[in-house]
Amino acid sequence: MYNPTVARLTYRALLGRRRAAILFVLPGLLLLIAAAVRGFNGPDDQIAADVLGGFALATMVPLIGVIAGTGAIGPEIDDGSIVYLLAKPVKRPTIILTKLIVAIAVTMVFSAVPTFLAGLILNGNGQQVAVAHTVAALVASIAYSALFLLLGTVSRHAVVIGLVYALVWEALFGSLIEGAKTLSVQQWALAVAERVTGDGLVASDVGLPAAVALLAGVTVAATWYAGQKLRTLTLAGDE
Amino acid sequence: MTTIDIDHVSRWFGNVVAVNDVTMTIGPGVTGLLGPNGAGKSTLINMMGGFLAPSNGTVTLDGEPIWRNESVYRRIGVVPEREAMYDFLTGREFVVANAELHGLGAAEAGKALATVEMEYAQDRKIATYSKGMRQRVKMASALVHEPSVLLLDEPFNGMDPRQRMQLMDLLRRMGAEGRTVLFSSHILEEVEQLASHIEVIVAGRHAASGDFRRIRRLMTDRPHRYLVRSSDDRALAAALIADPSTAGIEVDVTEGALRIQAVDFARFTELLPRVAREHSIRLLTVSPSDESLESVFSYLVAA
Repeated sequence: MYNPTVARLTYRALLGRRRAAILFVLPGLLLLIAAAVRGFNGPDDQIAADVLGGFALATMVPLIGVIAGTGAIGPEIDDGSIVYLLAKPVKRPTIILTKLIVAIAVTMVFSAVPTFLAGLILNGNGQQVAVAHTVAALVASIAYSALFLLLGTVSRHAVVIGLVYALVWEALFGSLIEGAKTLSVQQWALAVAERVTGDGLVASDVGLPAAVALLAGVTVAATWYAGQKLRTLTLAGDE
Repeated sequence: MTTIDIDHVSRWFGNVVAVNDVTMTIGPGVTGLLGPNGAGKSTLINMMGGFLAPSNGTVTLDGEPIWRNESVYRRIGVVPEREAMYDFLTGREFVVANAELHGLGAAEAGKALATVEMEYAQDRKIATYSKGMRQRVKMASALVHEPSVLLLDEPFNGMDPRQRMQLMDLLRRMGAEGRTVLFSSHILEEVEQLASHIEVIVAGRHAASGDFRRIRRLMTDRPHRYLVRSSDDRALAAALIADPSTAGIEVDVTEGALRIQAVDFARFTELLPRVAREHSIRLLTVSPSDESLESVFSYLVAA
């Protein structure tokens, strides 16, 4: 179910593109913000939780997820080079699963690692704030990667749709509107973080069992559907 | 011996019919798929390559359906028309990756690169390749598992004459080895030089099928139209119409020229200068007026 050649092609394409610069810019920005906040306020558990929840989880993780998830397959479908993967006796779900694993790994490295470092800078992991948000970033990485990989498989406008989802839905509605919170990867991940950290520092509107079920459900369903779409992917000619 | 069977296949996109009820069998040897641009050649090749489902009918490889059947790629090699490849890889890395996806390795990749004579540039990034070099690396990636069927969409596009000859030699060799080689082209001469068997597609329909001599004859025997200006149009017209190779002549007064319809191409081309000389008529203009490929093809469809 995992093909090392597909994985190699995927991560080289992912990190070799200009878009990959964002993968470095966003974590850099987070660390910069963390250092500035620490410099001005000193260590403060609540502020640490606010920065990690408000910027790292609400904005950075979904954006990295968009870049890695759509970038793992979208450009290949757009320019038609996916034909070299499809014209092989390799099962389509294997291609999807491999690309998903690469997208998850890239999202985790570029979102969970900087989240943890930022947490250490902010309050030295007091009240487990850094660990909690890192765990949240890790689980969110999985769900985002699966969602955006599916998006990259079904739509040529995956990046735009992904950005709208990440910025408008997750970052804006997800933190403001009650109903939207239940359908937000960010809130599900926060439910996991809530369990890890000390009282009251992280709050999610979704209960832990529901959050875990939704995370797992979305990941599995999106991956399965992407595999199905790839099986019937049509490469129309230029005419 | 591997055969692709296309049985009453149609394919439409929305309400545009790209391929219309085509039935043909592609067997061992080199087959040329000839037709003007937009005739449906790529659509047909995409269906043979399993990248497009037929809207109607079946496309099979030795009886096995090709659509949604990954196992056929053990026997099929595909050279797509589109340029996009993994440009950030070197030629060698690209062909090795293709080999690995077939469960093969560097040895087979090396052999394929040698076959297309690309070893000299195999360690350069594909992004730096010329169109002809890309085409050859695409070939190598399709040959790496020694498929019994090779599908090539407009393989000669953008190649210089030397590269074209090399690729033709290679395809000829593969056909002679008993592989089923199918390539598409909109250039008659290309197809004629390479293919022993030709399938002609015009406007989504299967217009003609057979060996190239038959198709060539159909193309040359069709009525030809010429626009001729001379020092004495009416005397020339009178002399020409007496010969059975000429079916009709119109004196176009506004143009100051003759519009001639010839039915016997070979005989007419010999007749015209002879008649002019015998009657001391100077020929000022002789130009074929319907030599476009489209008109040649549309004649074939009607035939």
